[in-house]
Amino acid sequence: MSSLSASRADSFKLSQLFNDTRYRSYTFQFIALLLLIMLFAYLGSNLVQNLRDAGLNISYQFLGEPAGYDINQRLIEYDSQSSHLRASVVGVLNTLLVAVLGCILATIIGVVVGILRLSKNWLIRKIMAVYVEIFRNVPVLIWILIILSVFTAILPQPRDFRGENPDASMLWDAFAFTGRGFYFPKPIFEAGSGIVIATFIASIIGIFVYRAYARKQLYEAGRLLPIFWPSVGLFFVPVIVMFFIMGQPIVMDYPSLQGFNFQGGIFARNSFISLWFALSIYTAAFIAENVRAGILAVSKGQTEAAASLGLRPGRIMNLVVLPQALRIIIPPLISQYLNLTKNSSLAIAVGYMDVTGTLGGITLNQTGRAIESVLLLMLFYLAISLAISAVMNVYNNAVKLKER
Amino acid sequence: MSKSELAFVRHEILPEQTPPITDAGIVKWLRDNLFPGPINTILTLVAIYFLFKLLSGAMPWFWNGVWTASSLSECREILNGATGGCFSVLTERWNQLLFGFKYPSEAYWRPTLAFVLLLVSIAPVLFSMLPRKLLILTVLYPFVAFWLIWGGTILTPLMILLGFVAGYVAFRRVEAKGFGTAALLGIAVTVVFWWLGGYISSAAPNVVALTPVPSRDMGGFMLNMILGTVCVSLSLPFGVLLALGRQSNMPIIKWMCVIFIEFIRGVPLITLLFVANVVLAYFLPPGTSFDLILRVIIMITMFASAYIAEVVRGGLAALPSGQYEAANSLGLDYAQSMRLIILPQALKISIPGIVNVAVGLFKDTTLVSVISMFDLVGMIRGPILASTEWNGIYWELWGFAVVLFFIVCYSISQYSQWLEHQLQRDHR
Amino acid sequence: MKKTVFLGALTVAGLTAGVAGAATLDDVKARGKLNCGVTTGLVGFAAPDANGEWQGFDVAVCRAVAAATLGDPSAVEFVPTTGKTRFTALASGEVDMLARNTTWTLSRDVDLKNEFVGINYYDGQGFMVPKALGVSSAKELNGATVCIQTGTTTELNLADFFRANDMEYEPVPIETNAEGQQQYLAGSCDTYTTDSSGLAATRATFENPTEHVILPEIISKEPLGPLVRHGDPEWGDIVRWTLNSLIAAEEYGITSANIQDMAANGTDNPEVNRILGTEGNLGEMLGLENDWAVNAIMAGGNYGELFEKHIGENTPVGLARGLNAQWKDGGLLYSPPFR
Repeated sequence: MSSLSASRADSFKLSQLFNDTRYRSYTFQFIALLLLIMLFAYLGSNLVQNLRDAGLNISYQFLGEPAGYDINQRLIEYDSQSSHLRASVVGVLNTLLVAVLGCILATIIGVVVGILRLSKNWLIRKIMAVYVEIFRNVPVLIWILIILSVFTAILPQPRDFRGENPDASMLWDAFAFTGRGFYFPKPIFEAGSGIVIATFIASIIGIFVYRAYARKQLYEAGRLLPIFWPSVGLFFVPVIVMFFIMGQPIVMDYPSLQGFNFQGGIFARNSFISLWFALSIYTAAFIAENVRAGILAVSKGQTEAAASLGLRPGRIMNLVVLPQALRIIIPPLISQYLNLTKNSSLAIAVGYMDVTGTLGGITLNQTGRAIESVLLLMLFYLAISLAISAVMNVYNNAVKLKER
Repeated sequence: MSKSELAFVRHEILPEQTPPITDAGIVKWLRDNLFPGPINTILTLVAIYFLFKLLSGAMPWFWNGVWTASSLSECREILNGATGGCFSVLTERWNQLLFGFKYPSEAYWRPTLAFVLLLVSIAPVLFSMLPRKLLILTVLYPFVAFWLIWGGTILTPLMILLGFVAGYVAFRRVEAKGFGTAALLGIAVTVVFWWLGGYISSAAPNVVALTPVPSRDMGGFMLNMILGTVCVSLSLPFGVLLALGRQSNMPIIKWMCVIFIEFIRGVPLITLLFVANVVLAYFLPPGTSFDLILRVIIMITMFASAYIAEVVRGGLAALPSGQYEAANSLGLDYAQSMRLIILPQALKISIPGIVNVAVGLFKDTTLVSVISMFDLVGMIRGPILASTEWNGIYWELWGFAVVLFFIVCYSISQYSQWLEHQLQRDHR
Repeated sequence: MKKTVFLGALTVAGLTAGVAGAATLDDVKARGKLNCGVTTGLVGFAAPDANGEWQGFDVAVCRAVAAATLGDPSAVEFVPTTGKTRFTALASGEVDMLARNTTWTLSRDVDLKNEFVGINYYDGQGFMVPKALGVSSAKELNGATVCIQTGTTTELNLADFFRANDMEYEPVPIETNAEGQQQYLAGSCDTYTTDSSGLAATRATFENPTEHVILPEIISKEPLGPLVRHGDPEWGDIVRWTLNSLIAAEEYGITSANIQDMAANGTDNPEVNRILGTEGNLGEMLGLENDWAVNAIMAGGNYGELFEKHIGENTPVGLARGLNAQWKDGGLLYSPPFR
């Protein structure tokens, strides 16, 4: 504000603060800052006053205390004597599990549907359009609840598997589809299985090495080596041979009906499946639109040019259209991932124990620490979305550079 | 060579022949669109099979539907083992599904009328070919709708409206002396007028009064509609302000807006609803309490503003910078250039985006059922499915919810697409 | 009041700004209505009937308090709360009292700063199973899938019970009783656990209540009672003694039928006279009218009448008095003297 005192201090009028463009922005910012500080001070003083009146305080000690409740789906060791913090971590992992699996499934369905929407086949095109419109225009919460209800109502309960002539039976004695969830066989790794897995990883690396070699041969020596069958062979043969050499160290743990429920195997609960599936097909409808828009944005001349070079339609898609379309598709795709992750908080409607269910649900209820729990919950989601946004920015910058 | 050596020379053009049957009409269409190749043929056959299965399952369900039973067991008796829907749950609980279970039944005409008026008064905004004078309906609508839905004396919304008018008049009077001063004066006049108006309307609570209905009693699809329309319309001005703030070159204001927008966009709506439900009360002065619906409206409005701000920011950024420079070179100040040049154009190109946000927001209003409010989803999950008569009925109720939301959201998004085409044509 | 309604209208709906202050009674009187937190719906305890009127045993306590303070049992605004929102609603002043089958525990009393004013129902946690399951004891539930409401003491008791008996279980967390009922009936869980009164109330709404049994084990003590916030002992006294007046009325044979007569003509029993306000000035001590207890009892009847009307053996809920009988009949109800 040196200009203020330097020359025209005497002629300075108060109204200049509002009407003189030189000072006005300072005035406005000052007022805005003041209002903001006042707002926070007001809210803060209310908070302090309310907490004092109620005799409460803000403290995060409850995180260290035993949670006291059980969680059905836990990816890490947890029981009712573990701390609230651990319960929250269990919830975080469950959130990430459903979010990651949801993103994968949504991408697969979304890309397939998006491409099929541009298919030459009229019927398929129409069916896909109906799918996209129906799923985009109905709240995801309703889809989650519908899938859960239908799931529970249509599939048999474990008790139907019991008895001499059961109403339901397992598929190949290995899979059981019940209203409470799906039971799968679970591989159990015994001694020596490490070598089998190492072989498997080595053979995958081998496939990549072979493919690189084949490409090099093609470009340098002009020899076209077969790729598909050697890859299949590399994928299966070493692992199977090693599996038998080591004396079959990996066995399957099949689910079987014991008592009230199936025991053993992997249990995917109905809450998890309905949440996962509903989030995936809902988000896939949006992704399909993004994919379609991305493909349509690649000018038709590109396709025609590729066709005139003699490329087959599949290759045109893979080598010409998709690489260009991806640049348009990926930014909205990532924001759809973000939406899916945030929508996974609807888990609470079906009783899936994600972080909203543990930290923002039971822990909040049991300890009464509403402010602390909700704050932590928000910070978690904020961190996730900032991380995803960061990835998006990095990608956008990378794409931008290529354009020049 | 003489002419006679040639056996035949055609002198006139042959008449056009119809194309072969495989290359014309329906057969060609079928070949091109359903059976272009082996893979597509298989796909088509599979699709036809599934469609057939779906229809053969769903059709009897519709045709045999029971509309008059009073409970699920009675309905099953009527059906006697045949496939059929129990649509009687919809007829029996119709009012609950639409209005919730506490809204006074003799007043159902009020929200219905408000809904019809909504369609009438929003038309001038949506369709620019309608006469501009109709916009006055749009301006008046919120006050009429408030009166219709919540009841009470008409003086209350009237005073609020007059307060706005008085503020606007005051603003116009002193506008020449500078935008800032005028805006402050306008706000001051409005607040004073409301304060005085409060005495008037409380002194005469029975002037043209409808039975007051507390907001706690709102429910069913009506609650979704109320939350959707109120929050979208409230978030528009806030969203525009936030977008302008984020584009502003005043660093403090810019960063305040950026932090607000990114924070809100980074958390799921449900955590904000938790805030409304269990946390917000701690931040209010001791002894005050808003009712839940108001707290929820505040939170959803904040949520929607952040998203609308991003859309509007996109619109602002899409304007060529020549527009800004032209406005400056005409000597317009910031408020004038925004109001007269930038915003009208920026908002116009952001309308499709705003409509998308509105559709998303309307769908998100169902989340309030998670914090135990009885909107359409809440009614279905709570009182109806838990009642003795209708326990165990799923398809009919959820199907109804899907149909309602689909009709509303699909028509809005179709409108948005139509508008996009219109705008594209304008730009050519 | 009207002005604040108007101010609220400015921000779309009703802002009810009460005067800040510790005296809840003054707030209630100024408002002319009692804000009472209840469940979102549990038949027999608190549920809206077909006309949207709240009915039930907990609701009756609210009505009695409204009658004692305002003289009008219908001057109550019922606020449905979930397990999650109930304590916040109370702490923030959204409700003046909670009558929402809330278990009295030390941590809720001391750490969450609530004030439990008494016990209106002595309960315990039980299990309900379909008869077809063939289970006759909770000890046989090893490996079962259990539906349970989150945010309640039942959840913690359940974990303790299964741990103590070295059994496994699979919890299915649900938010409201309505959902629990649906999940249970759909077969998503083998057993549903909550307070045994709640089980009886839930079973009463089933289409075939006889196909389900409540197992004999009661795995916890669940003293349910109304509560108010810390920091306003006078208001706590009013709710406490309103509840006590209902209990004492049953003990001394004061019913909604004979109370008018007794209050008008007086009785030979000085304690009854003191309750009815014809002798002494107990009402004044509480800051109420002298006929406060008459109003409270008139609102729905004494404790016994309320019990019979809402959850007794002749209702679909069909609960026996059991622990909730008067101390003279071998129960735990024991009102301190009105003196």
